[in-house]
Amino acid sequence: MSAPTLTTVWTASLHRELTLIWRSPADIVQPLFFFVVVVTLFPLALSPKPALLALVAPGAVWVAALLAVMLSLDGLFRRDQESGALDLLLTAPGVSVVPVTAKLLAHWLLTGLPLALIAPLLGYMLQLPVAVLDTLMVSVLLGTPTLTVVGAIGAALTVGLNRGGILLAVLVLPLYVPVLVFGAGVVRTALDGLPTGGLLAVLGAILALAVSLGPVAVALGLRISAGD
Amino acid sequence: MAIMWKTLKRWYHQLGSPRYFYRFCEAVLPWLVPVALAVLAVGLVWGLLYAPVERYQGNSYRIIYIHVPASSGALMGYIAMGVAGLVALVWRMKMAEVMLKALAPFGAALAAVSLLTGALWGKPTWGTYWQWDARMTSMLILLFLYLGIMALQNAIRDPRQAARAAALLAVVGVINVVIVKYSVEWLNTLHQGATLKVVGESSIDPSMKWPLLISMAGLWLLYAANVLIRARTEVLNRERRSGWVRRLVRDGEA
Repeated sequence: MSAPTLTTVWTASLHRELTLIWRSPADIVQPLFFFVVVVTLFPLALSPKPALLALVAPGAVWVAALLAVMLSLDGLFRRDQESGALDLLLTAPGVSVVPVTAKLLAHWLLTGLPLALIAPLLGYMLQLPVAVLDTLMVSVLLGTPTLTVVGAIGAALTVGLNRGGILLAVLVLPLYVPVLVFGAGVVRTALDGLPTGGLLAVLGAILALAVSLGPVAVALGLRISAGD
Repeated sequence: MAIMWKTLKRWYHQLGSPRYFYRFCEAVLPWLVPVALAVLAVGLVWGLLYAPVERYQGNSYRIIYIHVPASSGALMGYIAMGVAGLVALVWRMKMAEVMLKALAPFGAALAAVSLLTGALWGKPTWGTYWQWDARMTSMLILLFLYLGIMALQNAIRDPRQAARAAALLAVVGVINVVIVKYSVEWLNTLHQGATLKVVGESSIDPSMKWPLLISMAGLWLLYAANVLIRARTEVLNRERRSGWVRRLVRDGEA
């Protein structure tokens, strides 16, 4: 039997991952629900005054999105590890980066993308002016893939450990700082009526770095966790 | 030049052997520790007692002789961890894994000292213990990164696997620190620029600069000594089943 081509591996992996997530809707709905609930807590905790809410809205939406992505990643590799599929993925012929990238893309499409799509609604609820809602959405759209990839490195390194959750947060949250600063910063810049192109480009550059090098690090992390 | 390169390569390979490394530590540590302490003492006494009073800040500036060495040590330690991590991942060198583990605790402590002295210095100078200034925030994130690496190492039982996991995190962390630095600089800057410059004129008077450089050298030497002590213990622990460690325990010599 000849080794499968990269395209075959890519298509098959992507199909498998999308099917798996699609068949457990809780994995899609729960991060989204978490996102909405956390954002709802802010007006209740701070004050319902519109002027104050608009001020904290970019940060509140961004912190909630960041936590939602991170928590969704905790189980990213666990099911595959328990079923043994992860070992097959790592020992299969060819590079493991391809199926890993497919997994990350599938995960982002069904958890990160919905967060970006619902972000404008939450921004509106926090009294952000309608004019900046598109910037909010674009910033979350550009930021969440980076969060997924960087968080996946942490998830890969902690996959075999019992106390995944809080350890994952300790490892990953400091790495999320730049995305948070620029992501929320873009929205605040838009609120001030200043041009946002440059900052969006920075977010895009960080995304390019994460997407190009991140999957390699994730695959390496999985190998290390498998005891290689 | 060629000879230097050859010597360096031989060192690299020799120090890669745990037994040779142990002997190296035994030879170096007895004088490295006292020299480090002496240099640090000279720098601190000179800086704290004899260096001139600063025109605007009075005596409160003297905390620079602890603050700057600690900050630079914390930063250098993390970069060294990144380099050790890269070597551990690419060449699977055991000693790089050991060094990585040995570098973390003292580096984290220095980051904490840097934050603490910075806060104490900030109160009389800026009127506040804490500001979300670029450098302060970077140092705080650096401390978190150190603690993350130590937490990961703690959580994994197998020492080799723990070290390799920490190595990957350290490499990712070094790339991240650079981006963090630029991101928080964009966010907010209150801190003064670098006073000591490798290239060009430093903006500090020589009478204040020399004790600072000596304190820095002393603290870095102390860091190196601490790393060697920790690495030596780790080597003995990892190699406890090998012949030379058994002989060392039995006869007192490797």
